[in-house]
Amino acid sequence: MSNNVLTVSPSPHVYQSTTVRKLMYGVVIALLPTLAWSVVSFGIGAIIVTLVSVISCILFEYLIERFLLKRTPSITDGSAMVTGLLLAFNVPANLPVGIIIIGALVSIGIGKMSFGGLGRNPFNPALVGRVFLLISFPAQMTRWPIPKGFNTSYVNAQTGATPLGMLQEKGEATVSKVMESAPSYGDLFYGQMGGSLGEMAAFALIIGLIILLYMRVISWHIPASIILSTGVFTGILWLVDPTQYADPLFHLLTGGLLLGAIFMATDYVTSPMVPKAMWIYGIGIGVLTVIIRVFGSYPEGVSFAILIMNAFVPLLNRYIKPKRFGEEVQHG
Amino acid sequence: MLKTFTKGGVHPAENKITQDKAIEKAGLPKKVIIPIAQHIGAPSSPVVKKKDQVKAGDVIARSQGFVSSNIHASVSGTVAKVDHVVDASGFKQPCVVINAEDDQWADGIDTSDALVKDIDASAEEIRQKVLEAGIVGMGGATFPSHVKLSIPEGKHVDTLVINGVECEPYLTSDHRVMLERAEEMLVGIRLLMKALGVEKALIGIENNKPDAIAHLNEWLGDDPQIEVYGLKVKYPQGGEKQLINALLDREVPSGGLPLDVGVVVHNVGTALAVYEAVQKNKPLVERVVTVTGPSLTHPTNLLVRVGTPVGELIEAAGGLPEDTGKVVSGGPMMGKALKTLDAPVVKGTSGILVLPQKWAHREKELHCVRCAQCVDACPMGLEPYLLKQLAERERFEDLEKNSVLDCIECGSCSFTCPARLPLVEYIRYGKTNVNQIIRNRKQQ
Repeated sequence: MSNNVLTVSPSPHVYQSTTVRKLMYGVVIALLPTLAWSVVSFGIGAIIVTLVSVISCILFEYLIERFLLKRTPSITDGSAMVTGLLLAFNVPANLPVGIIIIGALVSIGIGKMSFGGLGRNPFNPALVGRVFLLISFPAQMTRWPIPKGFNTSYVNAQTGATPLGMLQEKGEATVSKVMESAPSYGDLFYGQMGGSLGEMAAFALIIGLIILLYMRVISWHIPASIILSTGVFTGILWLVDPTQYADPLFHLLTGGLLLGAIFMATDYVTSPMVPKAMWIYGIGIGVLTVIIRVFGSYPEGVSFAILIMNAFVPLLNRYIKPKRFGEEVQHG
Repeated sequence: MLKTFTKGGVHPAENKITQDKAIEKAGLPKKVIIPIAQHIGAPSSPVVKKKDQVKAGDVIARSQGFVSSNIHASVSGTVAKVDHVVDASGFKQPCVVINAEDDQWADGIDTSDALVKDIDASAEEIRQKVLEAGIVGMGGATFPSHVKLSIPEGKHVDTLVINGVECEPYLTSDHRVMLERAEEMLVGIRLLMKALGVEKALIGIENNKPDAIAHLNEWLGDDPQIEVYGLKVKYPQGGEKQLINALLDREVPSGGLPLDVGVVVHNVGTALAVYEAVQKNKPLVERVVTVTGPSLTHPTNLLVRVGTPVGELIEAAGGLPEDTGKVVSGGPMMGKALKTLDAPVVKGTSGILVLPQKWAHREKELHCVRCAQCVDACPMGLEPYLLKQLAERERFEDLEKNSVLDCIECGSCSFTCPARLPLVEYIRYGKTNVNQIIRNRKQQ
């Protein structure tokens, strides 16, 4: 034959166009509406926190791969950018720059690279960083700026309590008393409340969810199971004693619940593989969140709940198998 | 709602560029290379030697045992050698090489186009003819067809399923057979039904071939015994377990055969070959092959003699393009990449796919990110990512526990993997070893 050299390789010979990088940038695109709304609501602080977080996550990943692990840096896969964005979304929009950098180092260094990098980490890296900061810098991490339209000042923003914080501090008062001073549901939906940079605007997060589902980046099981289980559990409590427990809608719209359900718990690496296991994982997150919120000493528990359930993922993957084709009928 | 199989599946770009190209008769090759093992089961044993004169249709290798198949000369001429030649597998295989001299057929073979519709043969005679004619599954699996027509004691078959799915991208040979050879194929289906003693045959065709569905329905009229079903386009619907699941909502048990759920599946090309064998006394020496690829100047469907070197088919389709990187025997999902264009067309060759250089290289592998796309894509409900990890670590017992032998090697997992991991390759490696372990266990 001619001098053409033929490539020989096993099948298949075609691949679909989706790559890890495309999936990661899909997450970035889905995060943009929330980011845009945060900039509008918080102003310059949101921009600074996000930029510092993203740049330091990418930089730390590069430095660790290049100089500690001595391999070609893989920062272009987009996963460090996602971690940076999610870390920024989980901290107040006025967090001092130094603390953000520490958070990024913990996220990337301990949360991700110490396990070998993308695909090997058992815990969501952004949450590892976030919880580290919450424990190490409790004052700075719970000084929430109030979203009052674009604010040009970074540190001097006016701060206030989160709705969940108000609920936690209510003491002997009834829930309805707290609700008088808490934002309305409309305000909650549009993110007019104190809270982390990217957790308040329910509508923007839901747009993000639609983008993720439309681009087939995630399946619906995890967000649905978290939202449903949180709704059902808080609903039961509320029906038992509405003077002591807030209603389900309040719980769903406040704190990091939607951010967690849509973007944090759905992290590929740290969530289960099979729909049935996704349901168990999601329900676990929902139930733990409500337990921490209602009975624990922290006003908010989504981060802890996700990290705890992350630890169960290897177990879920091991023991919950998809239904095999032809499994029911045993071959005689 | 169109029927389809329930679990997994992917949708590669269909690229049926030759679907409107009528079947052309390929020119007679000067030389044919006929492997004596082109079916699943025992290789047949050559009955000719160098310098023997043969006519097209003469037996040149006899089947050895029940699961084996006769091989016939596809041209008339002189046996040049009986030797080892590189075939589509890339390895040297025993072959009979015949120099074609003229176009003579063995006595008793009806090569006319006249349709013979009336069925005189008994069920036993049909089976015998299929055995003698060397018919094997022409969808690519090449399992000897007479075996599938011999129902073992204690098994009952109620339905014949005819596979006209052609779910592999690019391939259109079955499509063209259904359009151009429908009458003969339908007689073939009736012959298969008679041999099996069934009253019902279902033809499954993916909905991207509406002309074939309409055409067959036209021929069938209101035939109560044979039904045509349009199926939702999804790969790997042509897998027999998936097709049975789609058409009849039955699941072939793990490790079992279609027989276990009362079904036998044959391909449309096989049905045509059965017609020719029984009604025209013509053994399986030619088949329709799609010759296609994005850079070919004249992609086409050719009626080709078995043993024709692949290179001649590509010449007939406009010659090998400058940018060729890979030549695949079969479709892009399950086909074999060829090492040489001298490799011959065999009974199971449904297509020759010429892929450009830019598609022939692989992207860099990343670490698994556990996105679960492979789990979603697997039509057998397996966990390809896990099977790959276990095979990599050579944990064969765990592989067996995780049903690795259920894998049909359709390639949906590798196709879909965003980290570009060669999942199905590791799984094949695992399967080979697990099969070996099971064989050893049985021997003890």
